[in-house]
Amino acid sequence: MLELLEYEFMRNALIAGVLASIACGIVGSYVVVKRIVFISGGVSHAAFGGIGLGYFLGINPILGATAFVLLSALGMGLISTKTKREDTTIGILWATGMAIGIIFIGLSRGYAPDLFSYLFGNILTVPYSDLLLMLLLNLVIISGVYLSYNELLAVSFDEEHARAIGVPVDRINLLLLCLVALTVILLIRVVGIILVIALLTIPAATANLLVQNSLRKMMLLSIVFGVFYTMGGLILSYIFDIASGATIILLSVIVFILFSVTVNIKKAS
Amino acid sequence: MNEEIVALRNVSVDIGGINVLEKVNLSIYEREFLGIIGPNGGGKTTLLKVILGLIKPSGGMVTVYGNAPGKGRQFIGYVPQHSLFDKEFPVSVMDVVLMGLAGRKGFLRGYSRDDREKAIQAIENVGMSGYLNKQIGKLSGGQRQRVFIARALVSEPRLLLMDEPTASIDKQLETGLYELLDRLKKEIAVVMVSHDIGAISVHVDKIACLNRRLYYHDTNEISKETLEKTYMCPVDIIAHGVPHRVLKTH
Repeated sequence: MLELLEYEFMRNALIAGVLASIACGIVGSYVVVKRIVFISGGVSHAAFGGIGLGYFLGINPILGATAFVLLSALGMGLISTKTKREDTTIGILWATGMAIGIIFIGLSRGYAPDLFSYLFGNILTVPYSDLLLMLLLNLVIISGVYLSYNELLAVSFDEEHARAIGVPVDRINLLLLCLVALTVILLIRVVGIILVIALLTIPAATANLLVQNSLRKMMLLSIVFGVFYTMGGLILSYIFDIASGATIILLSVIVFILFSVTVNIKKAS
Repeated sequence: MNEEIVALRNVSVDIGGINVLEKVNLSIYEREFLGIIGPNGGGKTTLLKVILGLIKPSGGMVTVYGNAPGKGRQFIGYVPQHSLFDKEFPVSVMDVVLMGLAGRKGFLRGYSRDDREKAIQAIENVGMSGYLNKQIGKLSGGQRQRVFIARALVSEPRLLLMDEPTASIDKQLETGLYELLDRLKKEIAVVMVSHDIGAISVHVDKIACLNRRLYYHDTNEISKETLEKTYMCPVDIIAHGVPHRVLKTH
């Protein structure tokens, strides 16, 4: 097994897994407890528009995706305060992002070789430069959460009360959506746009089964689960020669179900 | 005379084309315990939200500590009627009470040792000391209500707004709550909204009846006529087990 580490792509993949797990542990915990899974799905699919634009303009698709997710997160946040039918807006955004992406890719000259890896991820092709980007995004996410932890918690728990005592609720919600957007960018390389939502939810959901009286502990534990899922999935995908992103997701789902069943049996007895 | 801290002048509120409050006049003074009663849907919660600056009136004027509502939030403690939240939400009683301090201004406002001591004190005041690290979702409805009251008190407010605080609590806590409020009203103003007339009238200094319009009393006695106006139907006043006269001698 150790010979795996001799390959640079494998070392990069392992580092990418850890970096992705840190962001999903922290931001995913908010996504789960604040129930913004659907919004996060909308934001991640909007990224596809940016990837298409990247191909069309001949720039790094991740840059295009970053612009698109941030814009869609801000747009979502602003629209959702004005409308009661938030889920409809999210659905529209979701589809629009994908459609824009397809059109741009169609207009681009030639064939988009790694398009598939943006959709479903390929942790084995993460280049060194992307690791640096992931590290940078992690630093931004961690400092964002560190500086606003108490407000994020108060808004996630009881938005109405938070607003009543003067917490800038709308601003905090926008901040959280931007953090989700950055996490999406970070995860695209690992699991791809379509599977991003799994890594944003499953590690946090597994941790929440075991930790119930502290969000901080839940975050730490979801990072641990994230590392376990990405490492385990990566090794399994290597052994069986199957798609890494999908393997990571299926492994996490299986472990989540096992924990969920065990915890519920314990509760019942 | 105590200082007027909240003033509503001819305040009307329309929500979705429906007139919820009509020309409401109300003054709240320092160190006063005001009870507001009225039927469900009578605009009680709306009135509190107007004072908090969460709902903008369509007419009239509101001032809170001399400013527009919303500016005075740091002076106000608020116990909402329903705190809807996820039962699995990973926070302890201590975390929830500290949230009462989340609205303070300034950068990098982590909770200090002083804040934690205040939170512990607030938790003790509502009789929940044994539950500091308990997950909020594992408490009973009454215990949870106490925690939300502690969350409102931790910021040492000068005005406490409570929306149906007795709705989900047990009799024992209710007594404890009124004892706590009796102590608090020596220092701060308390406004309590309830549809439970018997419960409220024993302890308050003044009662207002609200059903779209506000009928205001300078005493804690309410007349049958006012109640009938408020509820817009004949009311039988039965005050059972109340160790205090609520009604005028007939």
